[in-house]
Amino acid sequence: MNDFYEHQRAMRAMRKAAMQRGVIAILDIGTSKIACLILRFDGAHMGRESDGVGALAGQARFRVIGASTTRSRGVRFGEVEAIRETERAIRTAVQAAQKMAEVRVDHVIATFSGARPRSYGLAGAVTLQTDFVTDANVAEALSACDLPDYGPDRDVLHAQPVNFALDHRSGLGDPRGQIGNRLSVDMHMLTVDSAVIQNIIFCIKRCDLELAGLASSAYTSGISSLVEDEQELGAACLDLGGGSTGISVFLKKHMIYAESVRLGGDHITRDISQGLRVDHATAERLKTFHGGTLATGVDDREMIEIGGDSGDWDRDRRTVSRAELIGIIRPRVEEILEEARQALDAAGFEHLPGQQIVLTGGASQLPGLSETAARILGQGVRLGRPLRVHGLPQAATGPGFSSCVGLCLFAAHPQDEWWDFEVPAHRTSARAFRRAIKWFKDNW
Amino acid sequence: MRPLAFLHRRARPDPAPSRLSYRLHRLWLTPRFRLGVRVILPCVLTCLAGLHYLSQPQVAEAVLAYAADVRRQIEERPEFMVKLMAIDGGTEELSQDLREVLPIDFPVSSFDLDLEEIRQAVEQLDVVESAQVRIRPGGVLQVDVTERTPAVVWRGPQGLELLDATGRRVAPLVSRGTEPDLPLILGTGADAAVPEALELMAISGPIAGRVRGIVRIGERRWDLVLDRDQRILLPEQAPVPALERVIALDQAPRLDLLSRRISVVDMRLAERPTVRLAPDNSYFLGDTDPQNGTLPNE
Repeated sequence: MNDFYEHQRAMRAMRKAAMQRGVIAILDIGTSKIACLILRFDGAHMGRESDGVGALAGQARFRVIGASTTRSRGVRFGEVEAIRETERAIRTAVQAAQKMAEVRVDHVIATFSGARPRSYGLAGAVTLQTDFVTDANVAEALSACDLPDYGPDRDVLHAQPVNFALDHRSGLGDPRGQIGNRLSVDMHMLTVDSAVIQNIIFCIKRCDLELAGLASSAYTSGISSLVEDEQELGAACLDLGGGSTGISVFLKKHMIYAESVRLGGDHITRDISQGLRVDHATAERLKTFHGGTLATGVDDREMIEIGGDSGDWDRDRRTVSRAELIGIIRPRVEEILEEARQALDAAGFEHLPGQQIVLTGGASQLPGLSETAARILGQGVRLGRPLRVHGLPQAATGPGFSSCVGLCLFAAHPQDEWWDFEVPAHRTSARAFRRAIKWFKDNW
Repeated sequence: MRPLAFLHRRARPDPAPSRLSYRLHRLWLTPRFRLGVRVILPCVLTCLAGLHYLSQPQVAEAVLAYAADVRRQIEERPEFMVKLMAIDGGTEELSQDLREVLPIDFPVSSFDLDLEEIRQAVEQLDVVESAQVRIRPGGVLQVDVTERTPAVVWRGPQGLELLDATGRRVAPLVSRGTEPDLPLILGTGADAAVPEALELMAISGPIAGRVRGIVRIGERRWDLVLDRDQRILLPEQAPVPALERVIALDQAPRLDLLSRRISVVDMRLAERPTVRLAPDNSYFLGDTDPQNGTLPNE
């Protein structure tokens, strides 16, 4: 934990350095595509004040100066599987974006969807010694949270204070400066598999880039595709990606839950590929051009030429009705949505004041998805597209880029995380002392 | 039937850049490197190439010749040409001399004229005390000359010469008769002591009519030579008071020292003035001027 805490702090320092240089790259390592955006921050410190415990840095004025997308390689379920392949894909994306931006980037903020995220709600409380709440008190309260045993090979990706309570008053966004006796904090912690993070760090290092931040793509797509009142009143964002579906629940503008279903658009494609016995590219084409989730009578008569390059005339001239295609797609979509429904039920989504569910991600462009989703997830379902960002090319404004755009916003307005607060001094010194003892033991 | 599509199908190359090309691309995007390659390197190369080209002797010569030619063309514009020389403040003779001395072929560019050199050449002439040389608008070389005024005639080793009050040679003199008003000085080294001689001449007013000249003896003292072979030997130090004493003796009533039969008045020792009588009576004063020649108390 402490190592990763240090690592997160180092990434924050890197991010600040990148802000000073004014150029930072956004890297979305997805299963089907790797997207790279290059942001330029021109006017510093002009951002709106966030409601949290103060923004780390209020840079709001940014502009996308370079964007590129490349087919992802070596990624499965949003996790790096073949490091060399992924590294090559990252290089492709970064180089193309750099070429467009005509600027060299050294710092990159990455997002990924897989790695089995797990949410924890933590609570901590301290009795205040001072008259009013200071930064140190907030840090103390955060440190006082009981850490669950989340496993040895997992790392904390996000640890955000979502709610502060001072004595009997709860729901405080920023308790600093307020008078009270007892400060308690609710923190949302997201842990992921450390191996996945290590792989991503390794890939990015191999590309001569410095990692200046990591975020879960469920979180970033929620930032970009949920509108403000949805975030405030409670909403869920379903990021239907290629290899995995990210689920994030927002309340009071904080993410309170995140989960990932290891099913996505690629599975639909694979089903088509298996069901119709076509290759993956053809299946992808059939899905994007003719796919859907609701079959009507006319779809029985609409015959689709499957096509193919096998050289076998009979095989290459096959046709399939659209209803058949939908018949292949639909069960998988329903399965994904059912899984999401279960995750939301597990998170207690039905107790939130707002019940909005926003579908985004590349697979959300499937026609008829909103109707299917409404049947499974409830009536408050809409399709979401990411916010408009200055300078973003038209090609990168679709729902497939919502986690990318969310990462831009995340870079510009970072949520305060645990490691943004100084560790209370006694902890640091004790840790340093223990480390010294350990060093002596190791060396003598 | 096989479709022909397989002919168009090619294994699509991996779009990923190699690590080397990726790094080179990043290097190229580094602003400092870019500046170096796009600005500094071409500048340096151009400079080096230019220097190499210019360092070839024939090229250097051609460039220098061209530069000289351009310079020549500018210098020879009519605005800069000097067409004639005007000499003011000298006699016609001096002007002739100057025109001989200054070998300038008019018209000439004013850039080619070294006025200081011309001035020094003009002042090389003995007769010129000082000169001012300038170029007047309209292409005239103006030489303003101040001539020396002759003060004495010196019979020196080279014959008769005119000297000015400071002893500088002014001009040679053909005969004494052309300048009868100027005092005559003689002897080697007399020109170096002209101011003293002039002083002596100035105080010799009462006997001025009799003074034939002043002789420099041994380059250290003066002899005042009067007519009738009379000489006044003046000391090396303070000749003026000595002469004043002699004049006073001559002026003294009833003494008339110089009117007597005396050939030499020796004042070389101030405390012991000596008078030498004339060796014979050939210059007896009474012969020529009985009024003055007789001693009053004789």
